Amino acid sequence: MPTTETPEIDIKTDIGDFMYPENHTYDAGTGLSEKTIDYICDVKKEDDWIRDFRKKALKVFRDKPMPTHWASGDLNTIDFDKIRYYLAGGQKPSKSWDDVPEDVKKTFERLGIPESERKFLAGVEAQFDSEAAYSNIKEIVSKQGVIFVGSTEGLMKHPEIFRKFFGKVIPTSDNKFAALNSAVFSGGSFIYVPPGVKVSHPLQAYFRINAQNFGQFERTLIIADEGAEVTYMEGCTAPKFDTATLHSAVVELVALKGAKIQYITVQNWSSNVFNLVTKRAVAHEEAEVKWIDCNIGSRLTMKYPGVVLKGRKARGEVLSIALANDGQHQDTGAKMVHAADETTSNIISKSISVGKGRSTYRGLVSMPKHLKGCKNNTECDALLINTNSRTDTYPAITTRGQKNSVQHEASVSKVSAEQIFYMQQRGLSEGEAMSLSVNGFINDLAKHFPMEYSVELKRLIDLEMEGSVG
Amino acid sequence: MSSLVPESLSPSLESFWQKTQSDTSAAPAWWQKRKAAEWEKFQSLPMPRRTDEDWRFARINSLNFDGYTEPQPIDEEGKRLLEERSLLPTEVAGVLIFINDRLVSFQAVDPKLAEKGVVWKPLSQAVEEDSDLLEKHFMSQPIELGSEKFSALHGALCKEGSLLHVPKGVEIDKPFVAYHWASGENASIFPHTLLIADEMAKVTLVDYFASADPNSRNLAIGVNDLYAGKGAKVTYLSAQNWSLNSLAFHLNSTQAFRDAFITSLNLHLGGSLARTESHSQILGENAHTEMLSLTVANGEQQFDQRTLQTHYKGHSVSDLLYKNALFDNGRTIFSGLIRVLEDAQKTDAYQTNRNLLLDPTAEANALPGLEILANDVKCSHGATTGQIDEEQLYYLLARGIPRKEAYKLLTYGFFEEVLEKLENSEIQEHFRDLIKSKFQTS
Repeated sequence: MPTTETPEIDIKTDIGDFMYPENHTYDAGTGLSEKTIDYICDVKKEDDWIRDFRKKALKVFRDKPMPTHWASGDLNTIDFDKIRYYLAGGQKPSKSWDDVPEDVKKTFERLGIPESERKFLAGVEAQFDSEAAYSNIKEIVSKQGVIFVGSTEGLMKHPEIFRKFFGKVIPTSDNKFAALNSAVFSGGSFIYVPPGVKVSHPLQAYFRINAQNFGQFERTLIIADEGAEVTYMEGCTAPKFDTATLHSAVVELVALKGAKIQYITVQNWSSNVFNLVTKRAVAHEEAEVKWIDCNIGSRLTMKYPGVVLKGRKARGEVLSIALANDGQHQDTGAKMVHAADETTSNIISKSISVGKGRSTYRGLVSMPKHLKGCKNNTECDALLINTNSRTDTYPAITTRGQKNSVQHEASVSKVSAEQIFYMQQRGLSEGEAMSLSVNGFINDLAKHFPMEYSVELKRLIDLEMEGSVG
Repeated sequence: MSSLVPESLSPSLESFWQKTQSDTSAAPAWWQKRKAAEWEKFQSLPMPRRTDEDWRFARINSLNFDGYTEPQPIDEEGKRLLEERSLLPTEVAGVLIFINDRLVSFQAVDPKLAEKGVVWKPLSQAVEEDSDLLEKHFMSQPIELGSEKFSALHGALCKEGSLLHVPKGVEIDKPFVAYHWASGENASIFPHTLLIADEMAKVTLVDYFASADPNSRNLAIGVNDLYAGKGAKVTYLSAQNWSLNSLAFHLNSTQAFRDAFITSLNLHLGGSLARTESHSQILGENAHTEMLSLTVANGEQQFDQRTLQTHYKGHSVSDLLYKNALFDNGRTIFSGLIRVLEDAQKTDAYQTNRNLLLDPTAEANALPGLEILANDVKCSHGATTGQIDEEQLYYLLARGIPRKEAYKLLTYGFFEEVLEKLENSEIQEHFRDLIKSKFQTS
């Protein structure tokens, strides 16, 4: 059986593969120095405290070594001196698509953003390179007191909330890339949901890289006040450039007492983007944070969404789907830090490795000794399509305390020839049968996604794999 | 170098090495050369660092060579007492008892078996008489799980242990037993075990390790290498009961060739810090290895377990089960990895770590890993950490059994799943007694 061939696989990465000529008013040039930071601060007219914050972060970034003692050596191929750290068109985000510059508007129209907004979103922010091009929130939602703006605007207009939480969940020194983001961050969302407000429809942000050698460093901060509920979705694309592009975001979530935050990511970067993202949430008493993370694109993704379960009965959940094709390494996972009694966490990770793709699960669960009644459940399932596909699992679990329990399970499997045979007997082509099996594998996770995403996901993983049944 | 204990701080080991050199001046040249190379390696390698992935979660500041020295010979009375304490099954194929890396008792193999070519002898003797066999196999399989420095120290200072070679087609049902005692404050011993089972051979070997005095401080670095040729059936059992002040390493490398079947069971009770490394290499199709371990951690004890199952060839099975019971401030680290290489299709590999926390201050760390490069495999790993089942406890309490006693009984039950796999009922009973004796002293 021809098992080592890489199958034809249609995962629609090409939907984002187009670009318009660059037209930037502000360009910080290539390379990173204190001057770059001064440039960004001057353009954004930022206060001195944020300038100091950025400069301190730059120092931390320079001091920290590349984490290649455990992570992929591919990180060493990133040349920080060749990256462009800030590119912007120089205008404020528009409230209406009519005011958005023509080529930017066309970009987002091709990606279907305005259409989705009309259909099912409560608010949209669309980021083009370093700054948001469009930001709007439906009136009914803003009347409830919900704030949904870009991070720069959040910083300027709502400093009393912003400063209180900014950098508190993920300190600058957390890791090398969090420090890089803290030094040069631009864009991203700032969301505040007042006590008791339940935002009925999702808020969405869309991130687009349009320029070559560009590094996108958005910074998102979401605060759900007591009893509030909010769902946030992000999508990302970039055209295929000849050189590698860097995306390094920091996302901080704060769920105060009884609040619920659901954060959904569908990552479909082109296959030369390094996607190195730090995402973490703090869940206070009885709060619930759910990360739904879907990684299909990028060259190397390193992303381990975490929840610090700080209040009694807080709950954290990570549902993750990763698909690694030829030349891709999806190094994803989850972190659950139990820091209060009776906290519970759940991690379900499903990965599919196709061709020479490699998917890795890396996890951390910790329960310190003074805690009682904490529970964690971790399941990682990996599906290997070809003989040369690869999957790794590296969990780390520390347990102490009373009445705490953890369980971790992982399994690795392939699509069984019998299943395929059964379906072919009933008239499906081999490719259709394979596609159906793969969709079956992720189905119980995909159904947690909002309807529109779940349909989209199934379409994305519509595999064409004639002759690849190993 | 961020080495925590500069090597110059262990002058006692330095003089130990000089003594070893002069003691082995009459030994074969390759042996002297190998030892010198290992000493050099020991000196050049850095101490483990906090950031080393191989030492994740380990408290490396308790690694300290300070004061460890060459052990002294002990008097006749001491010998007699330790020989008496060496529990032996009634039927054995051969016995070796060592105190402080010196042979004190040797029961040779039955002459009929010796005629068939079975070799069972102390390492010091084997260096002279079976030089070729030893040269080929002595520490030829690096384990590479983090303790390279300590393994090199073993290579340099090791002078005793057991060599067991069972030739093609010879089946021995009775077990071979070796005892390794460490006696005296700061006594350092380096017991070596080399088991070579040729094609279709069948053999069982048991290693016991213990400190003579429960309060002495000892350093023990043991290496055991197992080879199972085509269709060989090898059972390796070991129990260590070092003193609670000891620093102990048990480094194991196992090679399984086609159709071989290997079972290993290691019981770990002693040591203030005991690190075990075990690398099981599946080199032939249809090979089957079973890796079992039982550990009781109490007081301030730390057990650091690192395992690797590498499947080079497919249609093979490896199955690992490590069970840890933790009391007081006991701490365990289980870090395991299953690695299935590209050509090892149709591999079944399993890895299970079960931790039973009996006190809220005990800490269990689990790092169960998988690296799968082939697609037609069945691999799973599971790690669970939990408390005693409330209902089971209630049942025992309701029958008037004190809580502490109930915990013990439930721990015995937790271990029984593994112990009952032992075919030799006497050794099974020895292991049970060792576990029980640990609870009596604490």
